[in-house]
Amino acid sequence: MAEFIATIEHVIKGPAWGCQMCGQCVLHSTGMTCPMNCPKTLRNGPCGGVRENGNCEVKPEMKCVWNKAYERTEDWPLPQSWKDEFNHLRPPVDNRLKGGSSWKNFLSKRDKWTPAGWGRTTEEQEGAH
Amino acid sequence: MSTLEYKLTQTTDMVFTAEFPTLDGNGMEKAKKNAERMRGWFDGVNATDNTAAHAHASNVASAIAMKQLGLEPIMQVVCRDKNRLAQQADIVGAAMFGIENFCALTGDDVTAGDESEARRVFDLDGPQLIRLMSTLKRGEYMSGRKLEPAPHMFIGAVENPAAPPLDYRVLRAAKKYAAGAKFLQLQIGYHQDRLEKFCAGIAGAGLAGKLAIIPTIVLVKGARPLHFMHNSVPGIDVPAEQIARVEKAADPAEEAYLQTLEFARHALAQPAVRGLHLTDFRHDDTLERLMNDLGRVRQHISTDAQFTN
Repeated sequence: MAEFIATIEHVIKGPAWGCQMCGQCVLHSTGMTCPMNCPKTLRNGPCGGVRENGNCEVKPEMKCVWNKAYERTEDWPLPQSWKDEFNHLRPPVDNRLKGGSSWKNFLSKRDKWTPAGWGRTTEEQEGAH
Repeated sequence: MSTLEYKLTQTTDMVFTAEFPTLDGNGMEKAKKNAERMRGWFDGVNATDNTAAHAHASNVASAIAMKQLGLEPIMQVVCRDKNRLAQQADIVGAAMFGIENFCALTGDDVTAGDESEARRVFDLDGPQLIRLMSTLKRGEYMSGRKLEPAPHMFIGAVENPAAPPLDYRVLRAAKKYAAGAKFLQLQIGYHQDRLEKFCAGIAGAGLAGKLAIIPTIVLVKGARPLHFMHNSVPGIDVPAEQIARVEKAADPAEEAYLQTLEFARHALAQPAVRGLHLTDFRHDDTLERLMNDLGRVRQHISTDAQFTN
């Protein structure tokens, strides 16, 4: 069943967003632009190598994924709560989830798991600011 | 507490940092020569981590050598070459030798280097690496396993206010601050208006005094390196008029110097700016001239910490 769901997800999200099946989807918070298509797989914004024309450091013919994500977040009529998440600090990828269905991991909240060290830092940061 | 941390958190002094040349064969001899030239001028010197995706002596080894030679290292850690386990090992290992200043970078892609066929790692990204450093500083590995006593760390990062999307760069800086960065060394930039906007944005976000902005200036001898940066370094755009200014001058080396001095003074006058990061491609006497023109006095050179091998 889990494999079947993952296949359906891949069939839908692959062509639409270039889904890489990381299993922990953040599309809604990145202007419906999959950050796993960034050659550096950056999940927290553009690197410093974005070219003057807004294209990618690694693939000069491709628009920077994060440049696109930022523009779409600004311009597209997405829910405000999604837009508000754009600059959230997204945790490191859990490589165990790769290839599985993010829908399943969303429903089970498995995609919310972070390492203990990461989690405690959150509380500290929130308390500090 | 490192000198860099002391100056940035306890004083209002401007700090000066620089890039330590990469080390390869005969590395310790080269390190000694460069330490002689740099000692006394800088509050921190970057130990780079396979800069521009070329393999060199490691960031950890370079940082330890610099410390033995009486410089204060800022150990860069990039995300391109190692996963989170190896990054933690490097940071904790460096802390064993008293390295306190760390700077987190995403890092140039492997395609920028001479081994483009290498696997790129990017297990973490820049902001995640900053937060990992904050976790170690608190006395824990990412897993939550205790690290006792917690290493003393002063954490910084980098930012490029002149690369698109320009309007997002302040928010990205704020994200890095929230993750634990206390200073940001900026990418080389030749657009004064973009630096002004960025610094005003940092101040507007209430981060002046909390997040030290350290713009980078470059000492060059003529127009050729300006062309090189413009054409070959993604993220650096040098306006044509800046290149022409040097190229068409009667004395390009002198004009290049004056241009650098002008950019340095402009950068130091921006809000939230707490110093300058210097990259020297000239390797002549202009470093001293620039420092003098900026009113910087060379500090007493202590020989106590020198490497005695």
